[in-house]
Amino acid sequence: MEKRNLTCIGCPMGCQITVEFEGEEILSVKGNTCAIGDKYARNEVLHPERTVTSTVYISGGKLPRVPCKTASNIPKDKIFECMKVINHAAVKAPVKIGDVLVEDVAGTGVNVVATRNVEAV
Amino acid sequence: MKSYDIVIVGGGPAGLAAAVSARESGIESILILERDNELGGILNQCIHNGFGLHTFKEELTGPEYAYRFIEKVYELGIEYKLHTMVMDISHDKIVTAMNRTDGMFQIQAGAVILAMGCRERPRGALNIPGYRPAGIYSAGTAQRLVNIEGYMPGHEVVILGSGDIGLIMARRMTLEGATVKVVAELMPYSGGLKRNIVQCLDDFGIPLKLSHTVVDIEGRERVKAVTIARVENGKPVPGTEERYTCDTLLLSCGLIPENELSRSAGVEMSPITNGPVVNESLETNIPGVFACGNVLHVHDLVDYVSEEARKAGANAARYIKDGCKDAEAGQVIEIAATDGARYTVPSTINLDRMEDLLTVRFRVGAVYQNAFVSVYFDDERVQHRKKKIMAPGEMEQVILQKKKLAEHDGLKKITIKIEAE
Repeated sequence: MEKRNLTCIGCPMGCQITVEFEGEEILSVKGNTCAIGDKYARNEVLHPERTVTSTVYISGGKLPRVPCKTASNIPKDKIFECMKVINHAAVKAPVKIGDVLVEDVAGTGVNVVATRNVEAV
Repeated sequence: MKSYDIVIVGGGPAGLAAAVSARESGIESILILERDNELGGILNQCIHNGFGLHTFKEELTGPEYAYRFIEKVYELGIEYKLHTMVMDISHDKIVTAMNRTDGMFQIQAGAVILAMGCRERPRGALNIPGYRPAGIYSAGTAQRLVNIEGYMPGHEVVILGSGDIGLIMARRMTLEGATVKVVAELMPYSGGLKRNIVQCLDDFGIPLKLSHTVVDIEGRERVKAVTIARVENGKPVPGTEERYTCDTLLLSCGLIPENELSRSAGVEMSPITNGPVVNESLETNIPGVFACGNVLHVHDLVDYVSEEARKAGANAARYIKDGCKDAEAGQVIEIAATDGARYTVPSTINLDRMEDLLTVRFRVGAVYQNAFVSVYFDDERVQHRKKKIMAPGEMEQVILQKKKLAEHDGLKKITIKIEAE
């Protein structure tokens, strides 16, 4: 059995939650004061996910970098692999919000998309 | 001299929302003056997500949130000038500004909306001992370098202050390959949002040392090491020093509303918020001069900035259309903050001009658990709401109903306080 202590981010309370689990099975969630905490703790222990935001090199644009994000959450343990791909990517201006800059980043099935418009100069 | 009905100083989130709202309230002649080379303000460098949950019911990054409003400004054809620095606002609302195209010029404004935002507290205001080498940045400066210009300010980083920008930069620098060794916070609690502590520090194993501060900076040309120590009763405790070798120190030690223009215009200021004192219409002591966003008081979420700025824009529009109604005429009720509540915005209510519902925002001065937010009409307690937790880093609010205020005969003073029971 494994045990993990978490701080809930569901609201400003920041409940200290203890989760006991074995493999993919949650045995207990303690310390939360509402249902949000329970859900957060279960996801966080078994399949923690994050949105990654960064910037991508852009040539021929009004700015040297275009900000970007993963279009949805990716597994937490893929964050640095994702950053490596983003840091080697290069795109050409113009770019519009939502344009795909990197497809299927780090084998997650999630695209990296632009979060602002960069006009060409 | 050119004239506009409404001149808005600042094209960040507050200025944009105020402009859109004023136009939607029927004012055609609006001008936004922005000193940067683009609209959007600081949101352009806040590339992380988490914005807009209240306003748009989805999680946006800073540039995306800004663009929702910028797009509106384009659509509505609202005039704006970039690269334009406002130099002065006179008591009779003559705005003096300059840029490279027009030179120095003056505009007669019917109403002015102050939306200049805030600035970071710099090293000079922190009294940190030690040398003054390269490698010391405010967190926001580092954020601009990394996110807009594509430069890394350093590789081994210590951060002083646990404000949200500092926490966000701890993660950002880590993602870009830097090592963030520690975040030191002078206070016994963090000034940042809980989610940022978890997602920006805990996720990457970055330690947060509460009640700690920087007591020495080493390095003549470039930062070589930073020493932090535990603080008790406002003083570093000898023997608790820890030395971290690093090349960069980021400072995230508070934000100060930028009110040089307001002061020289004669706007009355609050010593607590460092922002203007405003009435229910977000109007300052100068009739027709309104304030909103971080220049009024530093907000935790941009969503609340937008909401407040929309009100300021609509109120400025009403001022233009209805002419100057004396704010002092009619029944004026004072709002006081005591017992843990530090201030309120607004700080007075003119009952005649009040809308049906009024949101009063405030902050608490310490961390409170299971305490009550109480509202008193003169000596009578009329609201008593339990909050599981309140912290200085997060804004609180109470909502007042005009009907209730009117029912309370001869109401002079509303008091907001934090009570244990």
